[in-house]
Amino acid sequence: MRWDVVIIGAGMSGLAAGIRLAHFQKKVLILEQHAVWGGLNSFYKKGGHHFDVGLHAVTNWLRPGYKGPRVPLQRIYRQLRIQPEELALEPQTHSYVIFGDARLRFSNDLAELTSEVSRLFPKELDGFVHLSERCAEYPEAAADTTPISTRRMLSEYLSDPLLVDMLLCPLLYYGCASEHDLDWEQFVILFNSIYREGFCRPRRGVRQILDVLKDRYESLGGEMRRKSGVAELRVTDGRVGAVVLESGEVVEAEVVLSSAGRVETARLRSDHPVETGRPGELAFTETLWLLSQDPKTLGFDGCVTFFGTAPFSWARPDQPEDLSSGVICVPGNYAHQEPLDRHLLRVTHLADHRAWVGLSGPAYDEQKALWIERSLDTVARLGSDLRPYIQYTDSFTPRTVVKYTRHDHGAVYGSPDKVKTGRTDLSNLFLCGTDQGFVGIVGAMLSGINMANAHVLAGAS
Amino acid sequence: MTENEVSKLILDIIHDIAPDEDLSDVKPEVRLRDQLDLDSMDFLDIVMELRKRHQIEVPEAEYMELSTLAGCVKYLRPKFEAKAAARA
Repeated sequence: MRWDVVIIGAGMSGLAAGIRLAHFQKKVLILEQHAVWGGLNSFYKKGGHHFDVGLHAVTNWLRPGYKGPRVPLQRIYRQLRIQPEELALEPQTHSYVIFGDARLRFSNDLAELTSEVSRLFPKELDGFVHLSERCAEYPEAAADTTPISTRRMLSEYLSDPLLVDMLLCPLLYYGCASEHDLDWEQFVILFNSIYREGFCRPRRGVRQILDVLKDRYESLGGEMRRKSGVAELRVTDGRVGAVVLESGEVVEAEVVLSSAGRVETARLRSDHPVETGRPGELAFTETLWLLSQDPKTLGFDGCVTFFGTAPFSWARPDQPEDLSSGVICVPGNYAHQEPLDRHLLRVTHLADHRAWVGLSGPAYDEQKALWIERSLDTVARLGSDLRPYIQYTDSFTPRTVVKYTRHDHGAVYGSPDKVKTGRTDLSNLFLCGTDQGFVGIVGAMLSGINMANAHVLAGAS
Repeated sequence: MTENEVSKLILDIIHDIAPDEDLSDVKPEVRLRDQLDLDSMDFLDIVMELRKRHQIEVPEAEYMELSTLAGCVKYLRPKFEAKAAARA
């Protein structure tokens, strides 16, 4: 069987690309190494409980009845022919950025953040207003452009380093694969995605989105094979001639679209190319707790709470976890029409992948238990001690991410060296997903759509 | 095939791409972009849907013929009729 397109990875980008291609009558095969789909935004069952892997928030909330410049979720709905009701996204109530005594509250109304800036940093108000006006529209989708330092750009608008750190903290945590700083164009996109449009989530969590994508893909005739890892991309005459599965089976395709990552995809190639992209250094640990009490009554009323200490360090820590910053997410605090049937709180910290990936057995378990206790102490300082209310605990580390996604270093946001065009030096091999463009659920779906359009559908007849 | 029939096939396509748009009163002579919230990606989808549903090819140089509903009808009607004749 010869396929028009083979897609490596059934994550958000692979599924979105698959839907576009299958809709326009391409014969598409998605290969997923894992038993379940979703990639970095997957789901699992443990201790009798269903959990999402890491969903804190879907960004880019689209207000019903929105009129204005085209925003990312509209594009996704249209390109995938999905109705907003199908994803069933519901907005956040409010979130926080907390650095010591400074506490900025924000919501899906930029005016709230503006008034908080004015309250806490009155001298910075004009600069912040100018900054948000400057970010008012999304940049045109660009090819590879020279990165511009966001910290340098921000210094034109803001002078208080605490405000700069506080504004950057959520954006870095939710979308930056490079250490210390991010590209200005990406800042503008994240500013709009998080502060202008804001957070939302489906009541059922990531399953809601994944079910819609998978059902749509399969109803269009797309095929997905799970537990079908790719062993090798066999390269002949400047193109991928065949895709060899771990089972030994060989499949052929006109085009191969890989969401496996830039470095990771190159490693699958039989011609062993010299890869200049660096693997990602930023990895996370995340712990979730099922609680007997509503987190709101324990001092956690935000949907998402980003916390840190100035100066904020966005880098691989030199110890297993960096507890000086993190993200607390309480799904039950979203404005769901029907309340959730359980109390869940999750917390994320930056982690040093080197400290986790090599561990196994009891040493790994001990290390995990130790850092969960330390994380609980950190969380307690922001609200109450959760310990008396814990019913169930689970956590993941960079090692878990490597195991299930094969991302080098467990780097959730992939390589800092993105390939915006999606092109490789092979004529029929393209990248989509984390290492092509933007991260997060919305970014990944857009990546799949854009790469399917650019490299398969454009000019096809 | 009447002009109305061609017009309906085009509006069907636009409805599937942009179900949130009100298509009950599309003015034939006004540019579609000026009365509906359609961008270049949506226009490319109209072209691709014409190919998928009706096997009608619109070369890139002729995309501008599709800028109004009246333009679509004028440009596409002979193509629909040629298809119908070929089938007959």
